[in-house]
Amino acid sequence: MNRRDSLKALGLTALSTTVLVGACNSDVKKETSSTVLEPQAGREKWEVERDEKLKSETFFTKHEMATITVLVDIIIPRDNVSGSATDAKVPEFIEFIVKDMPYHQTPLRGGLKWLDIQCFNQFEKPFVEASAQQQISIIDEIAYPIKAKPEMSAGVAFFNRMRDLTASGFYTTEIGVKDIGYVGNTPNQWDGVPADVLKQYGLENVKV
Amino acid sequence: MSDFQIKKSSIVYDAIIVGSGAGGGMAAYVLAHAGQKVLMLEAGQNFDPRIDSHQMKWPWESPRRGAGTTRPFGDFDASYGGWQLDGEPYTKKDKTEFDWFRSRMLGGRTNHWGRISLRMGPEDFKPTDGLTEDWPITYDDVKPFYDKVDRMIGIYGTVEGLKNEPDGIFMKPPKPRLNELFIKKGAEKAGVKVITGRGAVMTESIKGNNDRAPCFYCGQCGRGCKVYGDFSASSCLVMPAQTTGNLTVITDAMVREVITDKDGTAKGVSYVNRIDLQEYQVTGKLVILGASACESARILLNSKSSQHPNGLANNSGVVGKYLHDSTGAGVYGFLPQLMDRKRYNEDGLGSIHIYSPWWLDNKKLDFPRGYHIEYGGGMGMPSYGFGGGVASMNGMVPDKSGKMKEAGGYGAALKEDYRRFYGTSVGMAGRGTAIAREDNYCEIDPSVVDKFGIPVLTFHYKWAKEEILQAKHMQETFLSIMKEMDGVVTSKIHGPETNYGLEAPGKIIHEVGTIRMGDDPKKSALNKYCQAHDCKNLFVVDAGPFVQQGDKNATWTILALSMRTAEYILAEKKRQNL
Repeated sequence: MNRRDSLKALGLTALSTTVLVGACNSDVKKETSSTVLEPQAGREKWEVERDEKLKSETFFTKHEMATITVLVDIIIPRDNVSGSATDAKVPEFIEFIVKDMPYHQTPLRGGLKWLDIQCFNQFEKPFVEASAQQQISIIDEIAYPIKAKPEMSAGVAFFNRMRDLTASGFYTTEIGVKDIGYVGNTPNQWDGVPADVLKQYGLENVKV
Repeated sequence: MSDFQIKKSSIVYDAIIVGSGAGGGMAAYVLAHAGQKVLMLEAGQNFDPRIDSHQMKWPWESPRRGAGTTRPFGDFDASYGGWQLDGEPYTKKDKTEFDWFRSRMLGGRTNHWGRISLRMGPEDFKPTDGLTEDWPITYDDVKPFYDKVDRMIGIYGTVEGLKNEPDGIFMKPPKPRLNELFIKKGAEKAGVKVITGRGAVMTESIKGNNDRAPCFYCGQCGRGCKVYGDFSASSCLVMPAQTTGNLTVITDAMVREVITDKDGTAKGVSYVNRIDLQEYQVTGKLVILGASACESARILLNSKSSQHPNGLANNSGVVGKYLHDSTGAGVYGFLPQLMDRKRYNEDGLGSIHIYSPWWLDNKKLDFPRGYHIEYGGGMGMPSYGFGGGVASMNGMVPDKSGKMKEAGGYGAALKEDYRRFYGTSVGMAGRGTAIAREDNYCEIDPSVVDKFGIPVLTFHYKWAKEEILQAKHMQETFLSIMKEMDGVVTSKIHGPETNYGLEAPGKIIHEVGTIRMGDDPKKSALNKYCQAHDCKNLFVVDAGPFVQQGDKNATWTILALSMRTAEYILAEKKRQNL
């Protein structure tokens, strides 16, 4: 196989996979959950079954999801480069990932509760109903781990987890990948560091 | 009435091969091409990288964004298997540690390996320090086979003329990435040699091979290559062997034992089908085990008969003993000078671009043998865990205006930090020689069976001071390289309580040595052609026969030895000795 043929083969494979996945999705929508799942290339049967099961379940309550939605956009808001965490459907990602990794469940559920209690004690409102200014005043107390007061440590741990999950969910979407500037995952000929970059770092003469 | 029955095949194959990885695949390739009728049994399911690889997928095509929840090395990794398999336990003895990674797929663990392909050197076969036993063969015995493997499969690298790091027949290597140039500079200041990597990735076409296309630099070898640009036993060995018409492959065939005749010779193999749980027996003139060092040892130990009361090929009692994995430890961090770096595609290829072969003289050190260093980092494809360290890293270095700021944060400023730190990561990991010891072993657990009723392995493995002091040296070296390249270390710095970061045995997935070869049948299971001393028509072609692994990754040596064994089998058949 020459390079052109192989790339063509790749393109075709990618296309047919998309068609297959699309077809599979529309079947699931049409029929009931008792549908026998189609085998997927490169996946073991139990993996496909597990994913479908997780997707059919709901973990967070409406109130919890509303709070998560506010939090992720505080962590990653829209700016002049890219959209916000909710634009990238980060809350939906978090809903999936806590079912995939159940060890996130109690810290997140408990942390959301901690946040509401904290907010209620200060402003007599749950977090989602507080004003933007009130929300930020609480976030400021838990967003800086070293500076935070010892009595806020539970909130710091919760916010650290929330921040990491938000980054995971955001930068693994099309919006996030474009923002961060990852330009790989495409057939190419790697010819080493570009000349202008070598010059920028004074590495023109470093050879391996 | 019971419907239990054992289905016996009437075909007598020239050879039955157990396992389809590097060892089994190479034996099948050589024998099938020589006209032998071969049956291969693979415990897992079929896997063709062209169809089943997740190459070129984007993180959002995985609901867990590539995380390792269901596959230890990530959702796109070409791996059916893992550290634990449902219904197939293994146990550990005397509070010792061992982690066992098993693949259940055509091609075995060659589907997702790092493609790092290093020859063992003259001193690895014949150590000069007297600490471990010699192999019954020398580098010169194996060299012609390494050469043939290089030509047949393809390997990149550079000719360096190093004494114990033999050169191969190399294709053009990839150029270094930006962080690798900083590593080169920093490592040399720290007194550590850095050379071009060596890997089983086809950077040029192989004349006459139209089934495989050269690398197109996506950097995703671990997902399997749809154009067969890297080495997997499936694409490079098993499938080409099937096209000869001489190789039959049965998947989902979990081997129970090797069946022997009254005179003690191997006559076939019994297996259970993983899916329908039916029992089968197949017959062959030869049996070749390539199920992995520990799985092959398990099969031998479970193949007890009146002729072989201690298990097959085990009159010496060494089967299962001398188990050794490579040592491993690592350090990582980031390079502040790379913050706000220019974006471009630096995926490169999916094996190592650079590495450090062992460079020191043990006379001046407090541990024997050595290790090599593998390096990583750069602007990779984001996946689950992305940006995880940024909220602490942003408190370690000044911001754009030159002021120190509080670690953590949120909002537009944090978003800017994710961009600033992207691509600054750098890491290094040592892979070193662990000493083969009689008292590091696997054996049959007398009281535990798997879901097929096959008695399972129990492991007994302890690191000793040789490995721990080596890990200490690794960490000191890595920290000094990081310092010399002005890097900031973010990984944990380990002390004696955690063996200086030394990974648990098994974790590096280089386990070897359980069915060692040797000239003395009292002290070894196999002769120097990997033929059982006690059973002339039984061979082992995985890493079980290794006497003592060097710091080099095992695969290239498995391939060379399996080819050598297969050619020996053909020669012995010609001489009518088999």
